[in-house]
Amino acid sequence: MLTPRIIACLDIDAGRVVKGTQFQELRDCGDPAELAQRYAEDGADEIVLLDISATMQSRAHALAAVAAVRRVVDVPLCVGGGVRTLADGHALLAAGADKVAVNTAAVESPELLRAMADAFGSQAVVLAVDALPVAARPDAAEDAAASQVRTRAGSQHTGLLCVDWIRTATAGGAVGEVLLTSIDRDGTGEGYDTQLLAAVRAVTTVPLIASGGARTPAHLKSALAAGADAVLVASMLHDRRTTVPQLKAALQQLGVAIRPTVSIPTP
Amino acid sequence: MNRPLPYVPTGVANIASLAAAFDRLGQTLVPATRQSIATADALIVPGVGNFGAACKTLQREGFTAAIRERALAGRATLGICLGMQLFCRSSEEALGSTGIGLVDAPIVRLPAGARCPHMGWNDVCVDAAMPANERRDDGAVRAGTAYFANSFALEAPSRLASGRRPQLSGMDVATFEHAGCDYVAALRSGDVLLCQFHPELSSRYGDATLRGWLQAAGRECLTRAPRNNQDDTC
Repeated sequence: MLTPRIIACLDIDAGRVVKGTQFQELRDCGDPAELAQRYAEDGADEIVLLDISATMQSRAHALAAVAAVRRVVDVPLCVGGGVRTLADGHALLAAGADKVAVNTAAVESPELLRAMADAFGSQAVVLAVDALPVAARPDAAEDAAASQVRTRAGSQHTGLLCVDWIRTATAGGAVGEVLLTSIDRDGTGEGYDTQLLAAVRAVTTVPLIASGGARTPAHLKSALAAGADAVLVASMLHDRRTTVPQLKAALQQLGVAIRPTVSIPTP
Repeated sequence: MNRPLPYVPTGVANIASLAAAFDRLGQTLVPATRQSIATADALIVPGVGNFGAACKTLQREGFTAAIRERALAGRATLGICLGMQLFCRSSEEALGSTGIGLVDAPIVRLPAGARCPHMGWNDVCVDAAMPANERRDDGAVRAGTAYFANSFALEAPSRLASGRRPQLSGMDVATFEHAGCDYVAALRSGDVLLCQFHPELSSRYGDATLRGWLQAAGRECLTRAPRNNQDDTC
């Protein structure tokens, strides 16, 4: 049966890998092709490149980064960030992406997902959703059912409930995967939002990737147990706190079946 | 070093990742023509997306019969993902469309409620009893883990009373399991290899699969680049 996927995510700004906390305070982490190649050779099951450039100037580096990464990785490559139109999708696939992630544009242009699925196949269409929990009172527990969708790098309110949006968007068969990021967990190391994952799992049969908050192998296991099919890691790898082989070895120890890597270091 | 390697322009494939994978093997992809489909020493049939649209393209370009004939003649042919499915007679993805028909079985939807698409790394299961390639050992489909991304699939023929998995339309069958059902991961007859999985995205297992097929077709491959200046022993 399918094994859970460990996906290495590289946020790209002006052609460099960067990482932030809760979408803020970016720091340089290295060259995309170099990092992607290392992670893929180490056993990462997929690579995601997210272009978080704010300016058109910075965005111009994105396609070159995709092509450079494509040359050196032999696992699936998903690319997103600022994808607005079918033409954007075509350009990314032509540069070497296997899948295209769409976030803001999926909310603002409802026909885009179907158009992309018709052009590229639904397997190539990833719905990226940024979620922010909405608590009734500051001290109240997060209510997964009330998590809302944010667009435009977390800055735009949509008024959409996360669970409703994902249910609707995936119902028509145009979406191959959902990449669900918890904004308030992102980069914090506090673990994925497992309540939200479970709530989303209940409304779609489409593969679900958990993103935002991972720091330990136990976090990854919890996300998978909550219903994620794949877990996205970024800071953990870029900050060199761990490696893909170490993560996979730890997951094996925790009883999670993973695709074995070539070498798993002894602890 | 090598002649260009033709691929059938089905109109629904992402050539960029295939091109990158074959480039690492020292092969250059070029779009096929009716002529090269008939005569090339090796041919790739790629595909992602829509069975119906791909069938229309093949018919319109006059490729369907040419592909069937070269496959029946045993000329090295590699079908990938939808490219494998196109060799079947029909698909529930596009009722009314007719495939190449080399494989006399339909492509079906995944079961209701199953994770769909079937996306990720899954085991490719090979019958222990399957005979190895008599000519060379490097064209066989081996057990391993490969990357799949499919919403439709070819059901595997049920095991015989002996426990053996029979052939399907004269081809050896490798399988994967999803949602409790066995499906075809790959079909092979001589140098015709049809893969539901994506060998170009399946890391070392995929690289070995492509190498095996290319070498069986008589093509030399570039050595896999060593990693970090150390020999890669895979």
